[in-house]
Amino acid sequence: MDTIVKIENAGMTFNTKQGRFVALRDIDLTISKGEVIALIGHSGCGKSTLLNLIAGLTLPTEGVLICNGREIAGPGPERAVVFQNHSLLPWLTCFENVYLAVERVFGAKEGKAKLKARTAAALEMVHMDHAMTKYPHEVSGGMKQRVGIARAFAMEPQILLMDEPFGALDALTRASLQDELIGVMAKTGATVVMVTHDVEEAVLLSDRVVMMTNGPAATIGEILEVKLAKPRERLALAHDPEFARYRAAIVEFLYQKQMKKAA
Amino acid sequence: MSTATLPVGLNTPAGARTAEPAAKAGAAPAVLAAAPAPAKTASPKSQKVPLMARFNAFLKAVLPPLIGLALLVGIWALVASKESSFPGPAQTWDAATKIFADPFYSNGPNDQGIGWNILSSLKRVGVGFGFAALVGIPLGFIIGRFAFMNSMLDPIISLLRPVSPLAWLPIGLMVFKAADPAATWTIFICSIWPMILNTAQGVQRVPQDYLNVARVLNLSEMKIITKILFPAVLPYMLTGIRLSIGTAWLVIVAAEMLTGGVGIGFWVWDEWNNLKVEHIVIAIFVIGVVGLILEQALLLIAKRFTYDSN
Repeated sequence: MDTIVKIENAGMTFNTKQGRFVALRDIDLTISKGEVIALIGHSGCGKSTLLNLIAGLTLPTEGVLICNGREIAGPGPERAVVFQNHSLLPWLTCFENVYLAVERVFGAKEGKAKLKARTAAALEMVHMDHAMTKYPHEVSGGMKQRVGIARAFAMEPQILLMDEPFGALDALTRASLQDELIGVMAKTGATVVMVTHDVEEAVLLSDRVVMMTNGPAATIGEILEVKLAKPRERLALAHDPEFARYRAAIVEFLYQKQMKKAA
Repeated sequence: MSTATLPVGLNTPAGARTAEPAAKAGAAPAVLAAAPAPAKTASPKSQKVPLMARFNAFLKAVLPPLIGLALLVGIWALVASKESSFPGPAQTWDAATKIFADPFYSNGPNDQGIGWNILSSLKRVGVGFGFAALVGIPLGFIIGRFAFMNSMLDPIISLLRPVSPLAWLPIGLMVFKAADPAATWTIFICSIWPMILNTAQGVQRVPQDYLNVARVLNLSEMKIITKILFPAVLPYMLTGIRLSIGTAWLVIVAAEMLTGGVGIGFWVWDEWNNLKVEHIVIAIFVIGVVGLILEQALLLIAKRFTYDSN
């Protein structure tokens, strides 16, 4: 399989008022095309920091991150990000929010009509075509995150980075968006790295679960390959012994090997 | 808010209940008639409660200000009755009806209707404020965007901001060699500070999330300004504009007293020289009302351009 992102010996140290803070160390990870990876760990384990490194929003203090054979020196539209708090611009409609991204990526090559069709198609894919002319504050939290996902997918990125995309949603909305995401990922064959703190979400969505040790100086503890057949069905998997085994492996890592001393 | 949603909530069950027997009657025309019928029967029933509630809310909103105004007029009448040189409410009202009967007459530069006076004051405020916006808003953007410029200009602004704008009037007279531009210059000086400071603050407070979106999308500087910075800063800018116009309207009266010409401030001074105290009282009310209208209009605009981030 083609490698899209290669992380070699990456580390991140922040200079804070209390002195140097080592957030991440010795991260080695290779992400292949079409792969879905979940980053899981306790809060403060640097999983969001790792995602920001891949996004290029922050640059590593040690090691190197390579995307398509080139060192990541900053953010770029080939690495789209879905933010935890949706980050839609409140003065643009849902359509305009997605269009802004589409225009940036395809504006140089394609006409307005084509760009609009792309935007509409992306919103349709997440079943938000009924709310295109609505402003973000006029739709629910789940719908906003759908638009955020549509914006990222519409850019046709080589890799999609999601920072706890469903973390702020209630359990039922989260489940329906996860199902939505499974469908969209199957349709597009996207490469995804997703930060999560939800064990079931990690098993349900990903091919590999990257489990992080506790911070400070967090690193990759274990990597679990999830070999469940795709497409995955939430209902069918609920009683699947394989699913339970994967879940147990992650829970064991999080609550036995990486027990948090004080929550 | 609650009074607005209440009738809707009461309406639906009432409508549904009255619709039921009509539908049970069976015949097709009866079913068709059921649709408008509940609206008719429901409206007097469901309005009874909210009408009382709405009346109470109305009383609560209107009564206190009315009492306040009545108190003011009462004290005014009391003071006026003790002091013969001070015009009472009735006397002032008579003078006001005469003045406002013909607000736009013009008998030469020193004798014009109150309408012209207000308009020329507003014009000075508008021009002075306009120039202040042209200079202050870009300057605010620069100060907000670049920390170096912020540290460079901050001491200057801190030093000059507390200075009364009228202290700048002689400088204006010296530079422009005329009274009218000097008054406008004073307005310019007093309106520029809130505009600079609020715009700069707005730029500094653009949420990092939006800037991250810009970075991930790799937007051009032009797109960042038009699609992200400008709309995000707009509410702050409008606050600056509101504060600026408020101060400008305060300062114009004083400036015009000193410079003369046509204007509400000069008119006050002129009427003092004519010893028409009732006209001065009218002017005070007019200045207050115009200031209130400016403030409310700008608040309304600001509300339109303020966005909830959630």
